[in-house]
Amino acid sequence: MANVFTNIGDWVGDRAPGLAPFYRKHMTEYYAPKNFNLWYYFGVLAIVVLVNQILTGIFLTMNYNPSAAGAFDSVQYIMRDVEWGWLIRYMHSTGASLFFVVVFLHMFRGLMYGSYKKPREMVWLLGMLIFLVLMAEAFMGYVLPWGNMSFWGAKVIISLFGTIPVIGSTLVEWIMGDFLPADATLNRFFALHVIALPIVLLLLVVLHIFALHEVGSNNPDGVDIKHGPKGNRWDATKPADGVPFHPYYTVHDLVGIGFLLLIAAFIIFFAPTFGGWFLEHDNSIMANNLVTPAEIKPVWYFTPFYAIVRMIPSFFGTAVWGVLAMFGAIAVLFFLPWFDRGQVRSIRYRGTGYKVALGLFVVAFLGLGAVGTGITAEVIPEWFGNVDLTTWENLFGRVMTFIYFGFFPFLWAYTHFGWEKTKPVPERVTGHD
Amino acid sequence: MTNPTILMKRRPLMKQRYLSKRFLSAVAMAFGLLLGSVSAQAAEESALMSSGASVRDQASLQRGAKLFFNYCVGCHSLKYVRYSRIAEDLNLSEQDVMQNLNFTGGKFDDQVISHMPADSATKWFGKAPPDLSLEVSAKGEDWVYTYLNSFYLDPHSPIGWNNTVLPNAAMPFPLAELQGLQTAVMKPGTTDVVEKLEISHPGTMTPAQYQQSMRDLTSFLEYASEPAALQRAHYGIWVVLFLAFFTLLAYVLNKEYWKDVH
Amino acid sequence: MANEVVDHGRRRFLTAATAVVGGVGVVSVAVPFIKSWEPSARAKAAGAPVTQSLAKIESGQQLIVGWRSLPVFIVNRTKDQLATLPTQDSRLVDPKSDGSSAQQQPKYAQNESRSIKPEWLVMIGICTHLGCVPGYVGEMKPEPFDPNWKGGYYCPCHHSRYDMAGRVYQGVPAPKNMQIPPYHFIDDTTIQIGVDPKGAA
Repeated sequence: MANVFTNIGDWVGDRAPGLAPFYRKHMTEYYAPKNFNLWYYFGVLAIVVLVNQILTGIFLTMNYNPSAAGAFDSVQYIMRDVEWGWLIRYMHSTGASLFFVVVFLHMFRGLMYGSYKKPREMVWLLGMLIFLVLMAEAFMGYVLPWGNMSFWGAKVIISLFGTIPVIGSTLVEWIMGDFLPADATLNRFFALHVIALPIVLLLLVVLHIFALHEVGSNNPDGVDIKHGPKGNRWDATKPADGVPFHPYYTVHDLVGIGFLLLIAAFIIFFAPTFGGWFLEHDNSIMANNLVTPAEIKPVWYFTPFYAIVRMIPSFFGTAVWGVLAMFGAIAVLFFLPWFDRGQVRSIRYRGTGYKVALGLFVVAFLGLGAVGTGITAEVIPEWFGNVDLTTWENLFGRVMTFIYFGFFPFLWAYTHFGWEKTKPVPERVTGHD
Repeated sequence: MTNPTILMKRRPLMKQRYLSKRFLSAVAMAFGLLLGSVSAQAAEESALMSSGASVRDQASLQRGAKLFFNYCVGCHSLKYVRYSRIAEDLNLSEQDVMQNLNFTGGKFDDQVISHMPADSATKWFGKAPPDLSLEVSAKGEDWVYTYLNSFYLDPHSPIGWNNTVLPNAAMPFPLAELQGLQTAVMKPGTTDVVEKLEISHPGTMTPAQYQQSMRDLTSFLEYASEPAALQRAHYGIWVVLFLAFFTLLAYVLNKEYWKDVH
Repeated sequence: MANEVVDHGRRRFLTAATAVVGGVGVVSVAVPFIKSWEPSARAKAAGAPVTQSLAKIESGQQLIVGWRSLPVFIVNRTKDQLATLPTQDSRLVDPKSDGSSAQQQPKYAQNESRSIKPEWLVMIGICTHLGCVPGYVGEMKPEPFDPNWKGGYYCPCHHSRYDMAGRVYQGVPAPKNMQIPPYHFIDDTTIQIGVDPKGAA
């Protein structure tokens, strides 16, 4: 019986001799540092969520109608008339939000442990590209149900491009294919969301993982296991502090995947709208170009960036500065490997100044989120009474924007001028024998 | 520049956790803001009554369905809801539904479409009565419940009725025979700020009965917004239990493999 | 803690157990996706039973009614048409509809006239060869395709022939008698297609 499998294996091996070595290189002989902690789960969790989005997305496409006249109805058709349609829809909407939870935490891991530093800059750049494409994909996906928030969110975000001098209004019309988000817009967003961007996303994810495997994974101590002692239980020539990815991390990741699915199941089955954060109330109303929702705001995962747009005022008759700042907030992350001149990777051994700065960066990101989601607009009157909300919110938001952007020049100066006092980095990862 | 590669004596096993604490405190602050906002919202809209509606109370859903089809379907459609689905979910027979609920004349499998012609309605009321399939999803059950309790006679309104939750709503009040007639008591010193509503002429139900009926009607509309709500919690329990078991098994497997990693 | 002894047995057991439980999970998740392909409530609504009045169908006339997107032939058979039915038995593949055509009709239509009431033929008008809609040729006169034509159906696609009870003739491509749908009489002049009579098999 086993003979049959061996024969098939030999047959394939004779015709595609690179397959088995490929598998070994990326799984059983890819030596990953043995000291991965919780922060190292989020990469594989992102893959799991991506697979979920693709599978549920395919099945949604089977029943969804991408026309302005039929889209909203088709979503209700899926929710009510299609067997198990409600589950497929909720898996997709929950997955979309969980995707960003996982990706934000995945990126934060990179910030903490210096995973963007040499020789992993390419991994970081590809990851940033994935992040950009993911945001575009999510934005377009949100327009597809053609609810009132879909419509007005699309209108507002597309009109940001209208602030670009000279070409702005033409650009907006070109993006929409009409004078307002309409059938043409919906149809093209459908094509981009369902096939074009997923292909790009998959390609980038593959390149991202290949780029990582070229140089090997980082770890919470930032120690380069390839420069450390050689010889482990499985291979005398491989790093002492490495373990074969398969089976050690495949099995390890199963636990993380189980937890993610558990959390996802709680949300899908018991709180699918997540209190209006994952599926917004205003999107239960069909798109209406004559009635704007009381509060237009993007979905939660865009809110920090959207807040930046709101915080930068107009100058010289144009509001393009806010838009530039918003894109700048993402662009600046691309250059992180070059802002950070420090030699020490992991926060565990970096100077106190770095820890404070990173902490403030997180606070700023969350604070901007609070502004973008409208939380500050609720909280300021409650805590401070009858004050001028706009002034106070702008003050808070601008301080947060300053801290967000300030992280990068601070980091540059801190590391370039040698103000950072690092701790000695161990030669080997913590927790070895 | 600091020299990072100083040889170290063997480190103790204890890992540093500075970052976790800082991160956690930032997250905690965010949650604090969030919770603050939730309570702020509740405080701001304390005008909304708590509906107490529940889709899990089948008797309530049945009573609510009866109310809807007796008082509302004349003007309001439930265009995404089928009679056959109502029968299945509310445990009613086809005969029950066709005889006691179906006044729109559709077939058993048809959706609930009111016969109020949209253009005539716009002429008479100024606005076509909206479809209510997703009303609770859009506005929340407390809003709908409070709305149903907040109609009052208004001599200044063209249709004679007004509503404190949706001022100048173009909707007459079909449930007046049940609740009775409410009038507005204005805030002293004002002519248009409503302080409270009072029953000036009782209907066939006591206030407690009427509120329970509106609770039933709201539950039914909550069901209509998301019929899947009846099933998903039931499947969810099994899924969560299964996943917990799987994760536990994976954890044990993981520990077994990592025994030989030091 | 240098436990170098790898318990392979325990590892195999746990791996197998996790794989089995995981497999159960994967199959369970697949179920809703596969079931989502089943006819939706909208499709089922479109396939609902159809009620049809027989009052206006004259003797010898056929009415075609749509049910589940299928053509249903309703024929008010004449006495002559009914009388010829037994005479055709020797020319048919399955005259009693209890052989190869045993599944082509409900039990209450497994009789000589393949119907509840003899004069009313209610039949799905799809040729059992490759699915074309046969034409009704009710008059009993010689036809190019059969000099002894006693009335029935002639399929234009591959020339299959059926008698006035939809039973297939020998020597034609079609293998079975045309299908009789579930139906019942609401009253003497009204039928409902899609629902069996109460108490019927």
